[in-house]
Amino acid sequence: MKKIEVLFPEVANLYGDLMNVEYLRRCLGDAEVTQTYLKDRPLFADEKPDLIFMGSVTELGQKLAIDALTPYKDRLQQLIDEGVIFLITGNACEIFWARIESDEAPTVQGLGLFPYVAKLRMMNRFNGYFLGTFGADKIVGFKSQFGHTYGEGSDEGLFPAIRGVGRNPDEPTEGIRRNNFMATYLTGPLLVMNPPFTKYLLGLMGEADRPLPCEEAAMASYKLRIEEFSQTNRACVYH
Amino acid sequence: MGKLRFLAALWAAKLSKPLLRLTHHNGTDFPGALAVKLCPDFLKYIGKPKKVIAVTGTNGKTTVNNMICDILEMDGYKFVSNRAGSNILSGVCTALLSSATLFGKMPYDLAVLEIDERSARKIYKHLHPDLMVVTNLFRDSIMRNGHPAYIADVMTSAIPEDTLLVMNADDLLADSVSPQNKRVYFGIDKMESDVTECVNLINDLQICPVCHDRLVYDYRRYHHIGKAHCPSCGFRSPASDFLAAKVDIPGKTMTVLERGEPHAYPLINDSIFNIYNMVAVIALLRQMDMPHEKIQRYLAQTSIVKTRYERIQTGKVHLTTLLAKEKNALAVTRNLDYLTQLPGDKEIIFMCNCLNDQKNWSENVSWMYDCDFEFLNRGNVTRVVCTGPRYLDYALRLELAGFPKEKIFTTRREIDSPDLLAFHPGEEIYLLHGVDSWVEEKAVHAKICKLAQEAAK
Repeated sequence: MKKIEVLFPEVANLYGDLMNVEYLRRCLGDAEVTQTYLKDRPLFADEKPDLIFMGSVTELGQKLAIDALTPYKDRLQQLIDEGVIFLITGNACEIFWARIESDEAPTVQGLGLFPYVAKLRMMNRFNGYFLGTFGADKIVGFKSQFGHTYGEGSDEGLFPAIRGVGRNPDEPTEGIRRNNFMATYLTGPLLVMNPPFTKYLLGLMGEADRPLPCEEAAMASYKLRIEEFSQTNRACVYH
Repeated sequence: MGKLRFLAALWAAKLSKPLLRLTHHNGTDFPGALAVKLCPDFLKYIGKPKKVIAVTGTNGKTTVNNMICDILEMDGYKFVSNRAGSNILSGVCTALLSSATLFGKMPYDLAVLEIDERSARKIYKHLHPDLMVVTNLFRDSIMRNGHPAYIADVMTSAIPEDTLLVMNADDLLADSVSPQNKRVYFGIDKMESDVTECVNLINDLQICPVCHDRLVYDYRRYHHIGKAHCPSCGFRSPASDFLAAKVDIPGKTMTVLERGEPHAYPLINDSIFNIYNMVAVIALLRQMDMPHEKIQRYLAQTSIVKTRYERIQTGKVHLTTLLAKEKNALAVTRNLDYLTQLPGDKEIIFMCNCLNDQKNWSENVSWMYDCDFEFLNRGNVTRVVCTGPRYLDYALRLELAGFPKEKIFTTRREIDSPDLLAFHPGEEIYLLHGVDSWVEEKAVHAKICKLAQEAAK
């Protein structure tokens, strides 16, 4: 039975991101989903979950998550190095960076597992849609965030952009990948919206043959979205 | 220079009003937008009434604002309001400049203004509310509002410290706004339908605002609305100064306890969120020393604005239109919760699409995955028609919610959606539409009526 660990669902539950876990659970049929709350000892501290998920989070939630994970920083580094699958969506990625800077609040030191800096502008929320690639497939998604990620690192980008903004407005690649640690600002039901990526993820978990729930409807929606996002008369940044 | 600029902006804005009327564009906030464009500090200079009532919060503010305005009008008050316009800076400026003299003086002593919560910083910088109703704080458009804790921070940074807040005692998120301000609370007593575990996808207040340990809900109405306490530090929800008790929905009555003293009130609507709106209105009017007897009488003569809720008989079916703001999972969820608990077989048309976004962008559909479409599996829903640009996303979401595939019908064009209804005699048809869809709603509504009457022959 596959084990999925969801980090801090009491604060990291914004924008429909948790539907990714529900969708994975249905894909896998008999997966065990462990919800780790802020004051719990994480499952990953003693075991190797098949996938660790964290979704979009409030700014207070970011600080609390950093506090909760700091004692396990070395363990997280070990799991990333050993190729454990992480799927981190929305602004949850920022807690893994070196720090989070805000134009309205003091700088928050992140876990420092990656050398990046998130810069938030609290009255200038960024919204956009994103059309990118993942291998031979296309990725579609939405971004709705206060900040962008800056800085140089040796990590791969996750999704090269066809249309839309990457980790920051000057960066053509969205997200970060190191081994199987995958973090992206794309929010919402990323897996529901991207059947090919979900199949890839299932393959990575050793479950490539699993059928996707509602695959026909998901593919119809996915194709329509690719078509819309490809139309150059549509601005990919929302104003 | 500032004053001269202001006067020029005021006159230009005032002049625009007859021009807008001539071109049938009255009711917009163009004059205010023009005024702010010409004079960014317009709100600073325009005359303000001596007393300002603000109504804000995620949901219900238009309903509450309208009820307050209706009742004050019945009581003979003369005041400025933005009920016909928008609730952002330009709408507030339009309301004020429309009533101001040519030199910007304000002849009225009172303003009742609906205020968009995210516009708090721009507006309260120059407009000082004496009383403010905060109806609730929920997730709204993620694109604009992010999340409710963010909105609470924005409001807290802007609301003047001496504004008396009329707060929802059952909403700890709303109560986190401006903790230093004096406040009175309204709420609804424990109801039979309350639960303890959250049955909604949106559950925005799970941790104690003081120690961040997990809250325990003594009872919960929906989402984070209810009474909670923290077992770790002892924090708990506040008590209501104005408490709706003995809510009798079939009998259409309730008792409002003002600090323990009972007062009988009529229920003008049977949905819980509108009962909250009513108690909020009562609490606000009591801060203006209006006697309960008057409020009872006036409230009985008011109704929820028709554009938000309308039910008619057509042919052999009933047709109800419900405004459910697009991109707002909470608004759609509340409507689904409400309608699926009503009796009768139901057919539903969903046309809550962001048509304006769709012109040059593509709607962010994340909200659909915060919305409890799972409620459709109860309450005798016989079919759902998904229409508009996001029709395929609706269909996918409904299927994932476990709603039977054979009951899901799709069509891209809104005007074709009534063709997919069955019109079984005696059933209820619900038309859920967003604020971008007024034109489409009218056309679809008319077509449903036509087809229902034909089916009845």
